[in-house]
Amino acid sequence: MSTSDAQPLIQMQGVNKFFGSFQALKNINLEVRKGERIVVCGPSGSGKSTMIRCINRLEDHNDGHIIIDGKELTDQVKDINAVRREVGMVFQSFNLFPHMTIVKNLMLAQQLVRKIPKAEARETAMHYLKRVKIPEQAEKYPIALSGGQQQRVAIARALCMKPEIMLFDEPTSALDPEMINEVLEVMVDLAKEGMTMICVTHEMGFARSVADRIIFMDEGEIVEEAAPAQFFDNPKSERTKKFLSQILSH
Amino acid sequence: MSFDLNLIAESLPMMLMGIGITFKLLIISGFLGLTLAIFLLLMRISGRWYLSFPAQVYIYVFRGTPILVQIFIIYYGLPQFETVRDSIFWPILREPMGCAILALTLNTGAYVSEILRGGVLGVSKGILEAGSALGMSVRQKFIYLTAPIAARLALPAYSNDVISLLKSTALASTITIADMTGIARTIVADTYAPYEIFISLAIVYMIFTFGIQKLFGVIERYLGRYTQREG
Repeated sequence: MSTSDAQPLIQMQGVNKFFGSFQALKNINLEVRKGERIVVCGPSGSGKSTMIRCINRLEDHNDGHIIIDGKELTDQVKDINAVRREVGMVFQSFNLFPHMTIVKNLMLAQQLVRKIPKAEARETAMHYLKRVKIPEQAEKYPIALSGGQQQRVAIARALCMKPEIMLFDEPTSALDPEMINEVLEVMVDLAKEGMTMICVTHEMGFARSVADRIIFMDEGEIVEEAAPAQFFDNPKSERTKKFLSQILSH
Repeated sequence: MSFDLNLIAESLPMMLMGIGITFKLLIISGFLGLTLAIFLLLMRISGRWYLSFPAQVYIYVFRGTPILVQIFIIYYGLPQFETVRDSIFWPILREPMGCAILALTLNTGAYVSEILRGGVLGVSKGILEAGSALGMSVRQKFIYLTAPIAARLALPAYSNDVISLLKSTALASTITIADMTGIARTIVADTYAPYEIFISLAIVYMIFTFGIQKLFGVIERYLGRYTQREG
């Protein structure tokens, strides 16, 4: 149910990315409209993480254009920070600030980056902690929480910045199996509310039920881009078929 | 060989009169050295060669030479230069105390900046990326993320350097300062009883080291409270 705004929220045009002589991204062209949910999958080392890390410039691209909500990503620090305020990111390894309590984790960037007063920042923090269903953990340090709880905190921390776009970089890959669902539930809720999302994940059940489009990457290229039904039931490329048979066979 | 306990009982109170000087050396050069170390650290991690290179040279020079030689160069060497004698620093450099504090500060600053750098390198990249992704500036990330985490990581090695500095203060006695060691040497010169005097002096240093260890243990538990699952 992609909306048809005139301007896509994310545009990647002819993006190449090199790590030394290794080409991590090859001529990536991607458009994401407001409210779209994209799942990116592909084998390890295929460039999927690198691609979404380029969107908030945790990696810089070598050629091509990346335009987020009308702002092109360049070397200008000001532009980068303006874009990063609009783009929330959730990492595989949670990356909570270990020396701060949960609620402080959620308040820090609000206060520093958005210049929101302390009391209001705390209120927002508690609001999102309730949404990810762990308000009672607010005063604990991250180490006291389970992996699933930590990842839900990380999602809440990104949401506190009121982003336009959420990027998920394998958010459930580091979790014990019994904790995966509690994180996916939060992500499904978010999708229902119309958040624009790009998720790198191997959770194919999630991809099938939530994604508007699935992007399959291999060796730095986008090999296939299709709606879930077509992607799973009638993939075009041989590489996609091979990948699907590997991950769905057991 | 006999061990004269009376002599120890008599000389211990005299040596303890030097505690004030020993602590003055330790606390002032410890504080100034830490400040210097932070500046050196910022220069080294600035990513600008014209800041990081001088800091590296400085650290190399002060780690590469004996502190006793540094004390001698400052105390005996600097007054040779007229510009030094005419400068506003002369009132400090004229006094052995000023020279000793300067030498200890310059020396400990070099070591501590490397200790702090170890802490900074230990901060996980992912935590800083999370800060970037939230839109935090380089300066904000350093103040709110890197510095507190690095301080915790560097603390055990830093406490080691403070203990080492305590013992380096004894070298000040070589330039006429009457710290505990200076007084002990005077007593030894009078009594010809180096065994009793120096052993009791050594025990006094050990007691202070114990105190410093305990103090850092408390600080470590406080700064590290987020590393404990309970409480």
